This record gives sequence, C-alpha cells and structure tokens, in this order.
Amino acid sequence: MAGKIITVSSGKGGVGKTTTTANLSLALAMLGYRVTCIDADIGLRNLDVMLGLESHVYYDIVNYIEGHCRLRQAMVRDPRYPDLCLIPAAQTRGKDALRVEDMDRVAHEAAEMAQFVLIDSPAGIEHGFRYDTTPADLVLVVTNPEVTALRDADRVIGLLEAEGRADTQLILNRYNHELVRKNGMMSAETVIDLLSVDLLGIVPEDTRVLGASNQGQPVVLDDRSAAGRAFRDIARRLSGEELPVKALEQRRFLGKLFGPRRKELA
Amino acid sequence: MRLLDLFRRRSQSTQNIAAERLRLVLTHDRANISPGMLEVLKDEIIAVISKHLDIDIDKVVVNFTEDNRETRLMADIPVHTARSRRINDRA
Repeated sequence: MAGKIITVSSGKGGVGKTTTTANLSLALAMLGYRVTCIDADIGLRNLDVMLGLESHVYYDIVNYIEGHCRLRQAMVRDPRYPDLCLIPAAQTRGKDALRVEDMDRVAHEAAEMAQFVLIDSPAGIEHGFRYDTTPADLVLVVTNPEVTALRDADRVIGLLEAEGRADTQLILNRYNHELVRKNGMMSAETVIDLLSVDLLGIVPEDTRVLGASNQGQPVVLDDRSAAGRAFRDIARRLSGEELPVKALEQRRFLGKLFGPRRKELA
Repeated sequence: MRLLDLFRRRSQSTQNIAAERLRLVLTHDRANISPGMLEVLKDEIIAVISKHLDIDIDKVVVNFTEDNRETRLMADIPVHTARSRRINDRA
C-alpha cells in the first residue's frame, strides 16, 4: 500500500515550515515508520541543513526529473534513523524547473517506498504552492499566532477549500502559553474559531529550536525540549493515535469548572 | 511590585485587539471586497433604496457576518414611516 503524502504549507514565510517538516519527518522515523521528505523549495534549499544532512547531498530532485540519476540516488539516507530519507531541492535552479506533473510523480514514487512522504513547500501561493499541494492526501498549514501569519494561513486554507481539498489541518507554531495567559497573544481557541479549521497541534515557543537548527540536530531529538515533545505528539497523531491537544484540553477542563465556554452560550 | 505587574499586564493585553483586527481582515479577504469598496457598496444600496423608501440614511449599517466560514452581507436600514415620524416629532 502506498504511503500517505503530506504537504507542509503556510502562505507566509518564516513561520517554521521547514522546522516542522524536518521535525515531523524525524519524529515519524523515530516511531519506526519509513519516511521520505522532499524539499520543494527549489532554489532556496534548506531542509538538508535543518536535518544536518547537507554534507551528504549528491543529487537533487531536478537531477532526477531531468534523468541524470535514479530516484534512489537522489535520496539521502539519515545516518541517525536510516528509515528517514531526504530528496533535496535543486539549489541553482528556479521554481520553473519543476512542473506539477513532476512533483506529483516524485511524490507518488516516493510513497511506493515509504509510509509517509512529507513535502516542504516554499512560501507563497504561486507555482510552488500548486505543485506541492496537488499530490497531497493531507495539507498541514503552519502558522504563528500573529495577525499577518494567520491572515496568510486563511488565504491558503481558502484556496485549498476552493479546490475541493477537505483534508487541511493547522499547526500553531511558536505559541507562548505565558503570553496567552497574560492576554498578550491570541489563544489557540480564538485562532481555530476565526479560521474554522482543525487543529493538529500546538508547538510552544522554545529557544532550544534555534540551538537544534544551529547543530543540524532537529529538536525532536532533545528530550528536554517542549517543542520537541509537541512535534513527537503531532507525529503520533499523524500515525493515527488519538491524542488530545493539551492547551485546548486544559481550557475545556477549566471551562467545566468555571462555567460554560463562550461558544456554548451562543 | 504589584503596581508594576498591573502596568505590565495592561501593556501586554493586546490579544483582543489582534483577534478583532484578524476577524475584520479575514471577512474582507474571504468576501474579496476591501473596506473602501464596502463603503461604495453601502452608498449605492442607500441610493437604490432611497428611490423607493424614505430611509434614515445616517443609521444605515452594512457589514458582513461570519458563521463557520459562511459569509453573509447584512444591511440594517431603518425606514421612516408615518408612525416613526410622529414619534420623532414628539421627542
């Protein structure tokens, strides 16, 4: 049976797409799944660096599409978890080097060999957005709890809905529980209420994420990191486990203690 | 110390402002109409309705409501009737 193809998208740049792709790929491999992640940000390759695999790259996805290598040769195996492979983006080519059919073909071929295929898509809603979401069984929209990022995320969700793609889920990244408590940041509940989308997980803001990317050791490998734990939880949800989102559960619990929620009153 | 906390809390409670601003931009983005164009639309609605009805132009409200990604254009247009004029005259 072919693996599940998951595209990680966002609209706005810099919200943590590549971090999310790298960590979820690795977390799924840590759970024992065969995973292939594809860097679709042609010309601005970074997933290799995030995973610490940059020195292992020989061929890239465009080399394969143009017939210069076999797919197996373009796949970089992770020495930490050999069930994880990376198909790097081409660094010296433009986004036009790939057509929608090309990405569709690579994703489906990779899905023949893996249980999960994750595609890290470029920011924006142009060409790259189309070819990355076309093959996807599920699109994960990564966003931050900021007006700008949420507006762009809503655009992406709207475009996917217009194309008739039902399976879209949100990952709320760089969430600061302390700031939410002080009313300085939109809460997860407010966000899902305004965007009307399913929430797959909340990743807390965590300074260890930068340290992890500095070293090319994604934060899921760090047992003490809150963000790492959140990514591991999201990976378990992707693998089909029923695991409630903690921040929402806490609110629900408090809500039961202190009266009904706003939504239930309406 | 407590006073400082109070001050800090006030300066950081921007979450409602953020939520309200987001709600507004999302409504206009989803309906694909800018706030300026909505004003133009409102003026046109007033012009059309005024041809047939005596309305209270200053109290007309035209805006969007959102419910689970479904957007509705709501126009609240108070109409002057013989009765409402009588009541206003008395006041």
